[in-house]
Amino acid sequence: MTTSYKLQTTSSGKSKPHVLIFSGYGLNTEDETKTAFEIAGASADIIHINDVISRPSLLKKAQIAVVPGGFSYGDDTGGGKAYGNKLKQHLGDALKAFLERDTLMAGICNGFQILTSADILPGALIANDSARYSCRWVDIEVQNDSPWLKDMTRFSVPIAHGEGKFYAPPELLKELWDSRAVALRYVRGETSEYFELPYNPNGSLEDIAGVSAHGGRVLGLMPHPERAVSFTQLPHWTALRESYLRAGLDIPHEGPGLQIFKNAVNYFTA
Amino acid sequence: MLHRIAVAPKIPDARAGNYLRHLQSVFPSSGLRAAFVVQAYTVSAKLSEEELKLVAEALTNPLTEHFSLDTVPAPSSYTHVIEIGYLPGVTDNVGHTARETIEDKTDRAFKAGEAVYSSFYIFLDGDIDGAEAERMASEIHNPLIERAHIYPRGAELPIIAPRVELHGSIAAETVDLQMSDEELERIGLEGISGSNGVPRGPLALSLKQMKVIRKYFEKEGRSPTDIELEALAQTWSEHCKHTIFSDPLDEIKEGIYRRYIKGATAKIREQQTENRKQKTDDFCVSVFKDNSGAIRFDDEYLVTHKVETHNAPSALDPFGGSVTAIGGVNRDCLGFGLGAKPIANTYGFCVGEPNDERVLYRDPPSPKASEGQGKERKHPMLSPRRILEGVVKGINVGGNQSGIPTPLGFVAVDDSFRGKPLVFGGTVGLIPRKSPAGSRGRPRKLYEKRAKVGDYIIMLGGRVGLDGIHGATFSSESLSKGSPATAVQIGDPITQKKFADALIREARDQGLYNSITDNGAGGLSGSVGEMARESGGCEVDIKKVPLKYPGLAPWQIWISESQERMTLAVPKSKWPAFKKICERHGVEATRIGNFTRSGRCVVRYDRKKVMDVKLDFLHEGRPIEKRKSKKPGSSGQRTVYGKRGAADAGRLQADVLKLLARPNVGSISFISQQYDHEVQGTSVTKPLHGKGRVNADAGVMRPVHGSHKGIVLSHGYCPWYSQIDTYAMAAAAIDTAVRNAVCAGASLDPKEGGLAILDNFCWSSSEKPERLYELKQAAKACYDTAVRYGTPFISGKDSMHNDFKGFDADGKPVHIAALPTLLISAIGVIHDVAQAMTIDLKRAGDALYLVGETRDEMGASEYLAMLRVAGGEVPAVDTKKNAKAYRALAKAIRSGLVASAASVGRGGLAVALARGCIAGQMGASVDVSKIPGSAKQAESILFSESQGRVLVSVREGNEKGFERLCKGLHFARIGQAGGENLSIKLPDQRLELSIPALSDSYNSYFKNW
Repeated sequence: MTTSYKLQTTSSGKSKPHVLIFSGYGLNTEDETKTAFEIAGASADIIHINDVISRPSLLKKAQIAVVPGGFSYGDDTGGGKAYGNKLKQHLGDALKAFLERDTLMAGICNGFQILTSADILPGALIANDSARYSCRWVDIEVQNDSPWLKDMTRFSVPIAHGEGKFYAPPELLKELWDSRAVALRYVRGETSEYFELPYNPNGSLEDIAGVSAHGGRVLGLMPHPERAVSFTQLPHWTALRESYLRAGLDIPHEGPGLQIFKNAVNYFTA
Repeated sequence: MLHRIAVAPKIPDARAGNYLRHLQSVFPSSGLRAAFVVQAYTVSAKLSEEELKLVAEALTNPLTEHFSLDTVPAPSSYTHVIEIGYLPGVTDNVGHTARETIEDKTDRAFKAGEAVYSSFYIFLDGDIDGAEAERMASEIHNPLIERAHIYPRGAELPIIAPRVELHGSIAAETVDLQMSDEELERIGLEGISGSNGVPRGPLALSLKQMKVIRKYFEKEGRSPTDIELEALAQTWSEHCKHTIFSDPLDEIKEGIYRRYIKGATAKIREQQTENRKQKTDDFCVSVFKDNSGAIRFDDEYLVTHKVETHNAPSALDPFGGSVTAIGGVNRDCLGFGLGAKPIANTYGFCVGEPNDERVLYRDPPSPKASEGQGKERKHPMLSPRRILEGVVKGINVGGNQSGIPTPLGFVAVDDSFRGKPLVFGGTVGLIPRKSPAGSRGRPRKLYEKRAKVGDYIIMLGGRVGLDGIHGATFSSESLSKGSPATAVQIGDPITQKKFADALIREARDQGLYNSITDNGAGGLSGSVGEMARESGGCEVDIKKVPLKYPGLAPWQIWISESQERMTLAVPKSKWPAFKKICERHGVEATRIGNFTRSGRCVVRYDRKKVMDVKLDFLHEGRPIEKRKSKKPGSSGQRTVYGKRGAADAGRLQADVLKLLARPNVGSISFISQQYDHEVQGTSVTKPLHGKGRVNADAGVMRPVHGSHKGIVLSHGYCPWYSQIDTYAMAAAAIDTAVRNAVCAGASLDPKEGGLAILDNFCWSSSEKPERLYELKQAAKACYDTAVRYGTPFISGKDSMHNDFKGFDADGKPVHIAALPTLLISAIGVIHDVAQAMTIDLKRAGDALYLVGETRDEMGASEYLAMLRVAGGEVPAVDTKKNAKAYRALAKAIRSGLVASAASVGRGGLAVALARGCIAGQMGASVDVSKIPGSAKQAESILFSESQGRVLVSVREGNEKGFERLCKGLHFARIGQAGGENLSIKLPDQRLELSIPALSDSYNSYFKNW
């Protein structure tokens, strides 16, 4: 059995896009987010929010901005609230300018909560119905044509959150559907069937797992695609391995979440 | 000026729903119908009305919440409302974040004395009376750290600010030790008298030690100060010096730690170097000398590991205790070398039976109780259920908020853990061998450190309060009514995460400091005192230490165990750059002194010298205690347990299901799922294996993106065997950890990565010679077993007083001594994570093999515990045979022959078979009537816990290859995977167990947790 895990950077005629990944105050998934972008062929820097505040021009150099997952301010006054306030207060204008360019932005997990608190994405994320933090895999179905989700229909990714239930009042919910802002839904699929788990992990209204804004360029999602970039990250890969080996095949390298990062890179290079 | 911002939900609220469900389940006959929770922030600061409104808006999610500045919004119907907030001085993370939001929003820093205090109101509705409301309040708060106020409907809800107000003297006091032996002994035991005549809390110094201290200060020509005595007590404490492991025991002059633990590692490294004539097989890099132990990962990186316990505080405040356990051991990782990045947390909870409702008290009944007065005792212990709930939640908060995955852990249940639980927390770290070369000069080794003369002493992170005072000396004592409430700390993971980012992402690789260690037991006294040995002295002005609130005396500042703090040695020239990084990260860094080479530890408060002690005396002046052990008299337990009636198939089937339903065997998936094991993207095998999600005994991770190397983590613990023989207990713990690791893909061969282990001894009644004998036996087993397996110890810790002395419900004195427990944590490196193995059966038709001998070793087994039968032979470890088997198995896994491997552990072969089937959601049919070993009866075949056994399923077509590798081992092909049932053929019976029945039992015990 031979496997190779070398980082592959795609090269094309156009220069690869640059990603600014926010950090600080308890965000904690910036390393794997950077890795995912690098595997997909982007260059990425992890930058503390205070450094962006003191040099907002850093955003001008980036084509992609990501607020990654984590536990900013410990979720103490509500998931993403304190960091979202800080973002809105100090970088509101800079981010507005950033989004006026043809850029991409994503908020993953805590980053999603932060972007809703900062009024960049619609809706709210509230405590899971179980009132407990939950770490497991879920299955996702793509609902709109956000460039982040190009050529993707269904895929499996892990979640890890205590406040991931998507909520919006009925009129807003209708508006989200009408404007095709609903990007991702939890569905019954490969992993929830395999492990016999409820497909909606947190009670999200209408099974919403992610929404988008700015014509799909800004994506917020509770699941963690950056933790699903290799085959050996899958929750049942040792069982899948048996199928490959018995069929005389090599086991794959990539995981289902990688495509999101490739899409972001392709948006600028393809 | 006090303001209260009350934030209430406008939509159904899961938090309130959770309280409702919990209270209804604990008080099933109450008339409670509804609960409504309002979050409150009590702001003690000058804010204009307009600012207050802006702030309230920032603290409210307009889609789901609304706020009020005048009242606490109440639901239309309720009968009682309970406010729960912290007691003065207890870490209030929510209040702290609210404060930062307010400062950010108003663009104005709080002044001294200004603060935000968080609390919440829970409105209860239904047919409940005041007494019931009080019982409910007790259920949802812990009076050691929290306050609860109960108000009837309609009552006004006062605004309460739990300010700390200290009125004691803040000068250092001189303590005259010229007194009788009796008085001297009393000071050592109960502590220095405070100004009110009440002792300040235990020094845990013996009369002999007190006399040595008196003599030292006689030579110095003065009396000691209180801070000097407190510092000596802390430095010499069992917790810090590990006196029982270090001092002579019987004929072992160098102590059991040097002979058996360090000795084993030295022997293994010597063998590895000798055999090969080159050092490539010696994978130990930094062992026993730093805050964690480190082994080779590859040419670029090392991996570190450390496991700690936090037992006594967890008995009093399980939540705070376990947050602190995990936060503290995270700092042991950050404090390794110049700072390792935490990449995994592990946990272990040894608790009493969670359904046990018997009440224990720390204090005796009042003498007037018989007259019908004062029956209420003040200090009830928390029940095992509440302790387990609390410690589980603590690691949830501590681990999840820090962004460190938790891939592995366990719960062990025994009556002996009812008084004092054992709470283990471990942290694995990753550290480059060298810092990157750059403009700043040559790369330097990151796994070595040394404070230099002239370096600034920097305290980093949180502020100092009264929390945790006497923690080090407290853990050297058994738990009794005198246990100090200030021994409890609550962690603040975010403060720690912020400085971890500042250190690991920036300051470390820029070479901005020469040494670092964490502030754990003993606080600054421990960390500065320890680092001062590197340079040869220190001089500190503790007036400079930032405090949470004013009024702390010098001795309190020096020994406080307030969490989230590191001490660093920063060269003068790097201090501005270092400080700047910290400011950008929102981390407080304060210069509190200099490292010197005076040979003395000098502490000033302002200008006044309050401590001036020779470093040698501080660290080496402790009188050595020669201890003697004594072999315990025969307990009479070695009798063979009575034969029960003929074991018919029906009964055995029922027994298998009952065994799976026990907390020592059954699923703890409720914990695995609430601990983030995916963060950092390093997870390879999950805490729950297979379709049927069975808790794993080992976890595999891939810590470096771009490398396919992995690490394997596993644990082994068999405290129950200590009822019969602690040598067997310790040997089995090591064998189990090694076996679990091998089953996940690890190897004993250093060339394949190797396997290292850590020891955590938790003993009780350690003053008794019999217990010391048992300790010596266990330590000897550690040496014998580890040397045979070639698994060096790289770090360890011990906790010697896990005793509870208190009173039962009838007021009778009780002493509960925790079973002598050794937790072995293993860490191994593997070359390719794609070869990692899980326990679930994968395909129908795969051949099943049992490797190892099954002997009639039922003593202290889960099966006999279930039947409440004592006696029997405890499993003995045959290291020679087992080592051979483990090497063969590792090779088979590496060669790609194996589809699943499951270690046979607690509950024996029946449980191992069931686990493999449940995990794979697939039956199996096996014939175990003629397996190797002396076990011939159905019960011992099924339930004996003989060590060294592994259940393997071999990928179809690879049977011959597997058997070839197993040549010379005891093994048997027992059947094959597949079918609806687990079907087991025994000498005289056949068991048929359906997969749903097995799964239901396995998942039953903690189902509603």
